[in-house]
Amino acid sequence: MKSAILQTASRYLLPILLLFSFFLLLRGHYYPGGGFVGGLVASIAFVLHSFAHGTENTMKILRYKPLSLIPIGLGISALSVVAPMIAGLPPMTGLWFEEPIPVIGMIGSALFFDIGVYLVVIGVVLTILFTISLND
Amino acid sequence: MLFTVLTGLITSSLLIPFGKFIKTKWSIVLPFIPVFLFIFYLLQVSSVASGINFVQHISWVPSLGVNFDFRLDGLSLLFALLITGIGSGIFFYGRTYLKGHPYFDRFFGYLLLFMSAMLGVVLANNIITLFIFWELTSISSFFLIGFNNDNKDSRKSAITALSITGIGGFFLLAGLLLLGNIAETFIISELIDRRDIIINHSLYPLFVGLIFLGAFTKSAQFPFHFWLPGAMKAPTPVSAYLHSATMVKAGIYLLARFTPILGNTDFWNYTLMIVGGITMIYAAVHSLFRIDLKGILAYSTISALGILTFLLGLGTKDAIIAASVFILVHALYKATLFMVTGIIDHETHTRDITQLAGLRKVLFPVFIAALLAALSSAGLPLTFGFIGKDLIYEATLHYANNWALWLTILAVATNTALVAAGFMAGVKPFVGKLPTQFEKIHLPYSSMWLPPLILGVLGIVFGCMPGMIGDIFNHRAADSIFGAETEMHLKIWHGFNTVLILSLCTLAAGTLLYLFNKPSAAKLNAVERLNNISPQHIILKLASLVERFSTAYTNNVHDGFLRSYHFKIIVFAELLLAYKLWLSGPIQIDFEKLTPITWYEIAFVLILIGAVYLIVTTKSRLTSVVSTSVIGYCICLIFVFYSAPDLAMTQFTIDTLTTVLFVLVLYKLPGFINFAKKGVQIRDAIVALGFGVIISLIMLKVLYEPTTTEISDFYGENSYLLAKGKNVVNVILVDFRGIDTMFETVVLSIAALGVYSLIKLRLKSSEKE
Repeated sequence: MKSAILQTASRYLLPILLLFSFFLLLRGHYYPGGGFVGGLVASIAFVLHSFAHGTENTMKILRYKPLSLIPIGLGISALSVVAPMIAGLPPMTGLWFEEPIPVIGMIGSALFFDIGVYLVVIGVVLTILFTISLND
Repeated sequence: MLFTVLTGLITSSLLIPFGKFIKTKWSIVLPFIPVFLFIFYLLQVSSVASGINFVQHISWVPSLGVNFDFRLDGLSLLFALLITGIGSGIFFYGRTYLKGHPYFDRFFGYLLLFMSAMLGVVLANNIITLFIFWELTSISSFFLIGFNNDNKDSRKSAITALSITGIGGFFLLAGLLLLGNIAETFIISELIDRRDIIINHSLYPLFVGLIFLGAFTKSAQFPFHFWLPGAMKAPTPVSAYLHSATMVKAGIYLLARFTPILGNTDFWNYTLMIVGGITMIYAAVHSLFRIDLKGILAYSTISALGILTFLLGLGTKDAIIAASVFILVHALYKATLFMVTGIIDHETHTRDITQLAGLRKVLFPVFIAALLAALSSAGLPLTFGFIGKDLIYEATLHYANNWALWLTILAVATNTALVAAGFMAGVKPFVGKLPTQFEKIHLPYSSMWLPPLILGVLGIVFGCMPGMIGDIFNHRAADSIFGAETEMHLKIWHGFNTVLILSLCTLAAGTLLYLFNKPSAAKLNAVERLNNISPQHIILKLASLVERFSTAYTNNVHDGFLRSYHFKIIVFAELLLAYKLWLSGPIQIDFEKLTPITWYEIAFVLILIGAVYLIVTTKSRLTSVVSTSVIGYCICLIFVFYSAPDLAMTQFTIDTLTTVLFVLVLYKLPGFINFAKKGVQIRDAIVALGFGVIISLIMLKVLYEPTTTEISDFYGENSYLLAKGKNVVNVILVDFRGIDTMFETVVLSIAALGVYSLIKLRLKSSEKE
C-alpha cells in the first residue's frame, strides 16, 4: 500500500504504540492490561508498519526473525516459574521486591512471567502473519 | 533397590548419544551391568532367606497413591536373580552374537530397558508402579521382536505381540484399579491384610477376571498363546531372555504375587487349573509337530507356562512349592536350549531339525550344554528337572479331590511330550551322521558357548544338592506365594514311591516318543490345515474386522472438509445440549433479573444483525471478512458496557489481527465460484438457528439458577493479599492459573511453528519423489 499519509503516520505510530504496549504490560497487575494484550498491541504496531512500508522493511527494523522471540519469551516465563524452586519454594510462588521501583512500580516474578508472555505473543503473531504475507 | 532399576534405564538412555562408542571394543562394559546387579541380589540372599524383607518408598504422586514402593521378598528375589543372572549370560552371548550388527547399540538399549522394566515389575510393591513397568516390558519386547525391521514377518509378529499383550495390559489396568479402589490401597503388602474385604466383594469375579486376562496374555496362555511362536522372529538372545526365561513369566509372577491376596477361591483355582491345563497339553502336543528348533522351544515354553499356571491353580502347599521350583528349573534349561539353538542357527544358518545332524563332532561344548539341558528338561534323576517333575507329580497326586487321578494323567501326558520335545531340540541336531555341508563349521567364541554351558551345568549341580538350593532360592519364594510358612525341604531321594515310578515312566515314554516321532514338513502341513479353527485364526480375523471398521469410519467421517467437520460438531453439540435441556424440565425466565434495554444496545444489535445478513448474502470474500470483524467489534462493545475492560481490549486487538490475517490469506484465494445448493443452505440455516436458540435458552436458564460466587469471591479477596495485584483477571492469568497460561503460550508457539514450517519448509517439487 503506497500512501504517504499512512507511511508518515506509521513511522510515528510505531514507537508510540510500542510504548503503549509496554505501558499495558507493566500496569497489568493493577489495572486493565497485561502481557497478552500488550503483546497484541505491539504486534499491531509492526503489522501497521508493514502495511505502510512493506513486510521486508519491517523485518529490517526487527533485525531478527520474530520466530526467535518465541524461545526467548518461553525461556523467561519458564525461568520465572522455576526460580522460586532455587529458594526452596514450590514452583510459581510469587516473589516480590520489598520496595517499589520508581516509574515501574512493584517488581515480582509475575512481571517476568508476563514479559515472557508478551514476547511469545509478539513472536507468534508476527511469525504467522509475516510468513503468510511473505509467501509467494 | 531403585538404583538397580535405574542403572539399566540410565545406561539405556546413555546409549543414544554414545551408541557409536559402544560399538567398539568398549561394548565389553555392557555385560558387567547385569553381572553387577546379579552380585547385588546374591548378597541379599542370606537376609531374605532368614525372613527379612527390604522395603523402599520413594514418593512419586503421593496424592494419587502412586509411588515407587519396592519390596524385596523371596518371590521378588527369585525373579530378580533370574533376570540379572540369566541376563548376564545373555549379555555376554548377545555381544558376540550381534557383533558388527549395524544396530548393535540399539539392541542393547532395548535389552537394558527391558531388564530394568522387568526388575521394576518384580520389585514393585505398588500395583500402579507394577503396571507401568509391566507395560514397559511389553514395549521393549515389541522393539526386540521387530528388531529386524526390514523383514515384514518380524514387523507383523511384533505388532501381534504388542496388540495381544497391550490389550491384556489394558484389562489388567482396569482390574488393578478396581482392586485398589475396593481395598483402598495400592500397596501390595497392605492388600494382603484386606483379603477378606476383597474376596467377599461382589465385583470379585470381575476384577479377578480382568487381572487374569492381563496375566494370560502376557504369559501366552491358551487362547492367547499364538503371539509367542511369532515372537521367535526376534534375535535368539532375545528369545532366550524375554520369551522363555523372564518376560513371559511376568504373568506367572503376577498370579503368584496375587495368590495370597485373591487366591484360594473356587473361581481362582478352577479358572487357573482349566486354562493352565488346556495350555500345557495343547502346546506340548503342538511342539511335537514342529520342525523349526525355535518353534519346538516356543511351544514347549508355552506348555511350561501352562504347567506353572496349573500349579498355581491347584493352590495346595505341594503345588506352590512345585511352582516355585519349576520356575527356576525351566528358566535354566530353556535359556540354555535357546542359546544352543542360537549357536546352531548362527553357524549353520538353518534351524530345521530334519536337516541338522551330527553337530557334536564340530560343536562339542555346545553339545554338552544342550545335552545337560535336555536331560534336565526330561527329568533324569540327579538333574534339577527331576526334582521339579517330582514335585509336580506330588502336587497332582495329593490333590484332595476325586480329580487327583485325572490331573496326574494330564501332567504325565504333558511331561511325556515335553521330554520328547526337549530331546528334539537338545539332542537330535547333535546325533547321527554329520552332513557334508556342515563339516567346515567351527566352534564360535567361548563367550557364546560358555553361558549355555554354565547354565546347563548348574542344572546338574542344583539337582545334586537340592536341599541347599531350595533353601536359598525357593523356600522364601514359596512362602511369599503361599502366604504362610511352607516348610519346604527338597531332597534328591524321596524313597521308592508312586512319584518315582511316574517320573521314570514319563522319562521312558518320552524317550520312546522321541525315537518314534519323526517330525517332517509333511506332518507339519497336515497340522497347519487345522489352523482355520485355531484361536490365532479367530482372533486375527476379529482384528481384521476392527481394522475394516476403522477404515470405513475414517473414510466416512473424516472427509477433510472444514465445513463438514463444523457441521458434524455443531449438530452433535446441539443434540447433546437439547437432550440435556429437555431432561432438566421447563425453562422459566426471571424477568426481574434482566437489566432494562437501553437505546445503544438496540443500536448495536441492529448493527450485528446487519453484519450477519451481509455475511450470508455477500458474494465477495473480503466483504464477509469485514462483516465478521464488525461482529467482533460489536462484541467488544458489549464487554465494555458490562465492565470487562480486559476482555474488551484483548478481543479488540485479536479481532484486528484476525482480520489482517484473513485478508492476507484470502488475497491469495480465487473468488467464490461454487455456491452451496439451495438445500444445503437451508440445512445449514436450520442448524445455525437451532444452535443460537439452544444457547440462548441455556443462558436464560443460567440466569434463573441461583449463582454461587464462591470462586469469584475467593479471587477477589485474595488477589491482593496473596499475589499483590489489584487486577483480578491479570492475577488469575499470571499467578493463580499461571501454569495454564504457561502451557497456553507453549500451544501458541507450536501453532506458530506449524504455520512457519508448513509454509517455509515446503518440499520442492523435485523432492516430492
